[in-house]
Amino acid sequence: MKVNTMAEMMAAGESPDILFWVGCAGSFDQRAQRITKAFAAILDKVGFKYAILGKEEACTGDPARRAGNEFLFQMMAYQNIQVLNGYGIKKIVTTCPHCFNTLKNEYPELGGNYEVIHHTTLLQQLIDEGRIKLKEGGSFKGKKISYHDSCYLGRANDIYEAPRKVLEALDAELVEMKRCRTNGLCCGAGGAQMFKEDEPGDKRINIERTDEALATGASFIASACPFCNTMMTDGVKNREKENEVAVLDLAEMIAASME
Amino acid sequence: MHYLQQILFVVISVAAVWLFAKKAGEIKRNILLGKKEQLNDQPGKRWNNLLLLAFGQKKMFKNPLVAVMHFLIYAGFIIINLEVLEIVLDGILGTHRLFAPVLGNLYNWLINAFEWLALGVIVVCVVFLSRRNILQLKRFLSKDLNGWPRSDANYILFTEIILMSLFLTMNAADQVLQARGSEHYLQTGSFAVSSLISLLFSGLNDGSLTAIERSCWWLHIVGIFAFLNYLPYSKHLHILLAFPNAYFARLEPNGKMKNMPEVQKEVLYAMQPETVPADAVPPAHFGARDIFELSWKSLLDAYSCTECGRCTASCPANLTGKQLSPRRIMMATRDRMEDVGRNINQNKSFVTDNKTLLHDYISVEELRACTTCNACVEACPVSISPLDIITELRRSLIMEESNAPQEWNSTFSNIENNFAPWKFSPDERDKWVGEL
Repeated sequence: MKVNTMAEMMAAGESPDILFWVGCAGSFDQRAQRITKAFAAILDKVGFKYAILGKEEACTGDPARRAGNEFLFQMMAYQNIQVLNGYGIKKIVTTCPHCFNTLKNEYPELGGNYEVIHHTTLLQQLIDEGRIKLKEGGSFKGKKISYHDSCYLGRANDIYEAPRKVLEALDAELVEMKRCRTNGLCCGAGGAQMFKEDEPGDKRINIERTDEALATGASFIASACPFCNTMMTDGVKNREKENEVAVLDLAEMIAASME
Repeated sequence: MHYLQQILFVVISVAAVWLFAKKAGEIKRNILLGKKEQLNDQPGKRWNNLLLLAFGQKKMFKNPLVAVMHFLIYAGFIIINLEVLEIVLDGILGTHRLFAPVLGNLYNWLINAFEWLALGVIVVCVVFLSRRNILQLKRFLSKDLNGWPRSDANYILFTEIILMSLFLTMNAADQVLQARGSEHYLQTGSFAVSSLISLLFSGLNDGSLTAIERSCWWLHIVGIFAFLNYLPYSKHLHILLAFPNAYFARLEPNGKMKNMPEVQKEVLYAMQPETVPADAVPPAHFGARDIFELSWKSLLDAYSCTECGRCTASCPANLTGKQLSPRRIMMATRDRMEDVGRNINQNKSFVTDNKTLLHDYISVEELRACTTCNACVEACPVSISPLDIITELRRSLIMEESNAPQEWNSTFSNIENNFAPWKFSPDERDKWVGEL
């Protein structure tokens, strides 16, 4: 399987249907790399003509902006928009809701106008169009799955149904946590919290959320964000349930269930 | 004597309205101390929000039982205030039940409807008082409400019970007097709720009954005027400001943070020095230290907050024992505005008091705990965004004070140098491709 960079595509005189924005977690974090690889495999299998920016991709600036460092955010946005506009990018898909939110909502004002789609929405479209065909009796059939809403997909961008429809296609039993959809509880990573210790308190947010997920009795916690994934995985380990409960991204679930 | 009462009534009414208008003017002035922000686009969507969120109380219906009770108080209070129109006209003209002859049977029907609503309001106020003071609801037990805010909430409920009781007692005495054919008390037919109270009055003579009826009438209307003037000092101001606050609510996706064009320009000038105009002036502020640097909408938010605590009850940081409470962010912002307002009243214009919203009213620890998850924004029934204030104050902390935890400083330098928040070489960004 070959993953082309934009530079390679340009050199070959081609242009992709869609740019896969991998994001920092998807590029560097070992756990999130597995999500990236699963999603790339799906794109490859359905015959998408896609490209990545490769070494030319840089942090969107989301954590810097949320921490309060607008200068750094603007610098990153400036660089990224130069690169994206330089390649004439029209459409972007990303596996990270934070990158999704920044690219979709915050770059247009700065001169970066693209059609941006989150991978869960794209997966739903591909399933609806029949381009993703799922195995009969896949490994998630009849299993209990609880979907954890990412704040930056849900409340930030009103995407609640696409990920759930993808999971329904797996023939699994969807069980909701007490706080779901608009009331969903954050995993604790947003607003640059991922990159610092918690403020003093009596519980970690990811433990609170994991306890809620475990209370559903689900054997899989489905996430749609690499940071949520890390937080929930840590939570499950903390509660010593890693042998019974797996935290998986929707892309990993679909990749494992395709014909 | 007759005219004296009318004159007294007019004097009290004018004084009440004048006092309220004066304080309302101060609140408007305080709100406009904030930064300009255009929020007039897409009027269709804005009217829709006003109707659904403010009139329809859509967000309240996440908890239907409480929503119905709250709606009853609200509808009762607004509808019964139609009766105040008659009371005011009676007071000015020296008449009694001015509308009764004009409306005929409809009058009896209307007063009956008001009485049922009044009873409903009393019942719900009692339920709400017990929710606040007997049931151990976390969002009402919170230390956010210690002191005045907790009393404020109880005073409001007590006042509504008293006002409604006065209205019913007045009607009860009136009915007994009507039944006795007393002069001045014209026949209106019986009223459903107050007729039960009037059973208690049967042993009283006409003089006492008239005294009760008149006292209740005066106390009721003076109580309403007093309540009107209490509003601007109370969390109860939300009954007025929820409407403009819903109208001016932001229409963009919650995830979008406000751009800072002044920083955008600075970065552009750094990257493309040839674009720097000769008269470029560096920005005076980066983010907000005080209310003057917050958007006027954030300040309207603070005055619209009724301290219900739905934001705090949904805040992941607060739920796990951190200092941050979005409700307290709003209360602290309003406290600061009131202090600044008093300062302006005394000194004609603001004279520095060596205090700022950041640090003196809201601590760094509170700001640091926010995950920007938008749960507070989503939870607020009156379209308040505590998050806008938090992010603006964070901007000042980082850009004006360079006040960041060590880990964030490392994150920033990683992003700047390695283009990722972790210390990885940018050359390894596509290493995963080789592992496929």
